Amino acid sequence: MSNILVNAPKTARRGEVVEIKALILHPMETGFRPGPNGRIIPRNIIERFTATWNGAEIFAMEMSPAIAANPFVSFFAQARESGTVVLRWTGDEGFAAEERVAIAVE
Amino acid sequence: MDRRRFLTGTTAAVLVLPLAPASATQEAMAEAIRKVVGTATPTEGRVKLDVPPLVENGSTVPLTVTVESPMSEADHVKAIHVFNEKNPQPNVFSARLGPRNGKAVVGTRVKLGDSQRIIAIAETSDGRFWSGGADVIVTLAACLEESP
Repeated sequence: MSNILVNAPKTARRGEVVEIKALILHPMETGFRPGPNGRIIPRNIIERFTATWNGAEIFAMEMSPAIAANPFVSFFAQARESGTVVLRWTGDEGFAAEERVAIAVE
Repeated sequence: MDRRRFLTGTTAAVLVLPLAPASATQEAMAEAIRKVVGTATPTEGRVKLDVPPLVENGSTVPLTVTVESPMSEADHVKAIHVFNEKNPQPNVFSARLGPRNGKAVVGTRVKLGDSQRIIAIAETSDGRFWSGGADVIVTLAACLEESP
């Protein structure tokens, strides 16, 4: 998907700690701002971000309206075996998005 | 009540009132922290919160939390929570980590509604809590101005 940007190494040495950075296009509307008509714009945020490595969860984050628009998250992971990292975002109004990256461990 | 006492009374009331909303949100942050730590008292240290000291635009402020930890099975960081005192809500994010992370470092970008103190709390696998904070001055606030 073009509205997600993930930066992770394609290869890693066994045991190496690699950084994974992810950015997704999303307004992160806080629910505290009035719109042009003076009414409060309803909240629409990403509530949860998770990362799994070959199915096992390695990182999870609960977000609040204080996370900036187009949420950026960076975290680290120890490369233990080759596999697929699945990043998932879920939130208000049934929002769900997913991105996969393959990391080869040698 | 004589006139002098009445006058000193009203002056005191006027002086106290403007401070009330700020302490109310600090109270909200303390409450949000209590919900995470329970009856434990976080120890100051091991947690480093990197955020620019002076921010021109509060709508995207880079923030990184680094916790000193070997991140082994026996001794690792289980969770990192970040709180603020002046946004409409005290919570910023709560991240769950484990030995698979190798390093207890989490970065993101946040919105700040005003100049304020940010606090990060880390929970380690032995059940202890650690804290670190940073002060930020924001010249243009996020959130509350009307959208264009």
